[in-house]
Amino acid sequence: MTTTMAQALNAALRDALKDDDRVLVFGEDVGALGGVFRVTDGITADFGEDRCFDTPLAESGIVGFAVGMAMGGFRPVVEMQFDAFAYPAFEQITSHVAKLRNRTRGALSLPMVIRIPYAGGIGGVEHHCDSSEVYYTHTPGLRVVTPGTAQDAYDLLRDAIDSPDPVVFLEPKARYWSGEEVGFTRSGPAMDKAVVRKTGKDVTLIAYGPMVATAMETAEAAKDEGWDVEVVDLRSLSPFDDETVTASVRRTGRAVVVHEAAGFGGYGAEVVARVTEQCFHQLHAPVLRVTGLDIPYPAPKLERHTLPDVDRILDTIARLQWADTPVVAGA
Amino acid sequence: MAVETLLPSASPVRFVAEDGTRADRHGGYAEPTETRLKETYRLMVLGRRFDVQATALTKQGRLAVYPSSAGQEACQVAAALALQDNDWLFPTYRDSVALVARGLKPGEVLTLLRGDAHCGYNPTETRVAPQCTPLATQTLHAAGLAHAMQRRGEDAVALALIGDGATSEGDFHEALNFAAVFKAPVVFFVQNNRYAISVPFEKQSAAPALAYKGIGYGMRSEQVDGNDAVAVLAVLDDAVKHAREGKGPVLVEAHTYRIDAHTNADDATRYRDADEVAKWREADPVKRLETYLKDRNSLSEHEIELCHAEAEEFAQSVRDTLNAESELDPMSLFDHVYAEPTRQLQRQRAMVAAELEV
Ligand SMILES: Cc1ncc(C[n+]2csc(CCOP(=O)(O)OP(=O)(O)O)c2C)c(N)n1
Repeated sequence: MTTTMAQALNAALRDALKDDDRVLVFGEDVGALGGVFRVTDGITADFGEDRCFDTPLAESGIVGFAVGMAMGGFRPVVEMQFDAFAYPAFEQITSHVAKLRNRTRGALSLPMVIRIPYAGGIGGVEHHCDSSEVYYTHTPGLRVVTPGTAQDAYDLLRDAIDSPDPVVFLEPKARYWSGEEVGFTRSGPAMDKAVVRKTGKDVTLIAYGPMVATAMETAEAAKDEGWDVEVVDLRSLSPFDDETVTASVRRTGRAVVVHEAAGFGGYGAEVVARVTEQCFHQLHAPVLRVTGLDIPYPAPKLERHTLPDVDRILDTIARLQWADTPVVAGA
Repeated sequence: MAVETLLPSASPVRFVAEDGTRADRHGGYAEPTETRLKETYRLMVLGRRFDVQATALTKQGRLAVYPSSAGQEACQVAAALALQDNDWLFPTYRDSVALVARGLKPGEVLTLLRGDAHCGYNPTETRVAPQCTPLATQTLHAAGLAHAMQRRGEDAVALALIGDGATSEGDFHEALNFAAVFKAPVVFFVQNNRYAISVPFEKQSAAPALAYKGIGYGMRSEQVDGNDAVAVLAVLDDAVKHAREGKGPVLVEAHTYRIDAHTNADDATRYRDADEVAKWREADPVKRLETYLKDRNSLSEHEIELCHAEAEEFAQSVRDTLNAESELDPMSLFDHVYAEPTRQLQRQRAMVAAELEV
């Protein structure tokens, strides 16, 4: 039976609520409605209002309240309705969620999960499509993860809820409805570890969240060009799994980082820097990036121009010095 | 809920007039016992001396900065005394005297301002949250923790301190709303000291009193003369009791004044005139309580002297603690960022360790 990513997340929440009394789910419209993306569908009905409840409509309030509840021994899993609507909570996240353990020298920790549906590709109107990962990955003290598959959505959310550290859990909303076979037993720790989704010997595509599926499609299409593409799914954006990524790039000698967020100062820059530092002698070409344009997220009818797609990724792979032509980095 | 039950008194609750004589705006509150009032007095004298000492230590470079609460001792001490051991206090940078009154050691209290660490005490043991610098954010934590304690069936209350300026921040309003909706056992205690750094209250809010802010959220609210320790303690005792009994959160506004500048680094003459400060000096909360207790034969000259002697000794201990060079381990920089250090942090730790070898 195929399961969608939204259903996998729902199952993860249910299993976590079952396993640990301290776990609570709250946010805007998560109760009777089941969340605008139905990730919390039926949870209030099955677990009661005590365990899954609607709060007043205030993001800073939700996160700040969760801070106090985590201090008081609970493990809150809060939902921000959409990426750009988490910004009112930014101060709580960066000033308090990320820092309390450090400020109190370990006396207080905040085991909590902030779930944020993020990124575009769903024809959403403005403020519903931001790729906000870098704001969080740039903040020490937070763990930032994003699943690319339904199975990972299950595993990562279970791990995130168990984590003693606060986790920003980015859900690629364009993938909520894509289905696959999911086994709801945890296959081992998923947090902190990138995975090789597909092996290949010519080039490593490094992707995460919504771009994992696009990278997989690209790998398929690349066969026609005679390229054997390896796909690495980061899963954990912070901390970053250097080992898996560099091992792959050392094998292939070439790498392209793909993400939806704007490229300038983006997450890809960090990946490129790390890969270059660690794989310099194995690289046959500069590490390139395919990213969203450096513009505010566009109106729905234009979003396809910013989203990295198979063609744009293939064009970038082509620039990786397949023949003896010199590489021109940067378009 | 009827609005009348939420409304604050028409004018600030007051038990003692500025000259120390009995005032009659009790608002139906019970007067704290003589024993508690004498304890309040003792801690106010101690707090005042601590404050003067800490300010002096900034001049000697022993403290990076100190925000004085001189003039606000009635609020500071009452906030601590209204709570039981298992209740939680959520202080700001200005509330060091409240921490002293709660029994924390000067070294623990001043760790933050000295620049040694972000928090000098263990919050779970002391039930005092780290002193909060981002304005109003702690009010939400207090509401959340109060709700958590209530769910666990703990018989405990949270009290969040906040300044007048910070009540303009969104988090304050979100906290009142959350607390009221969840009926969390939390007391929000606003010390309206009339200035947010340089901005006077008139430019901060058009509300006739900040106490009125509670009503819109469905919260019981009160205002009190913040320089009358008897009144502040009476009102806070009642507010804490109300919260503890599960009747919901309470907002209390104390009308008071910051006698010194915002911090030692601030020049208060740029934004307020000497006459105003002189007038408020007359309203000194320590002197007022002293006169009141003396006139009622509750406090003898000898006891007053003992309080001052104890305060002097305390100041000496503050100096001794702060004058000792602190030993800080640079390797501790890498501790407690995450439950387990990431590989990235392990590498950076090794780098700093290597640098220190040379
Ligand atoms: C979110 C935020 N904005 C600005 C500041 C800088 N700041 C520190 S204290 C202060 C004034 C606060 O005034 P008030 O709330 O009345 O408290 P008081 O200092 O008078 O006790 C400001 C603006 C801050 N700490 N946090």
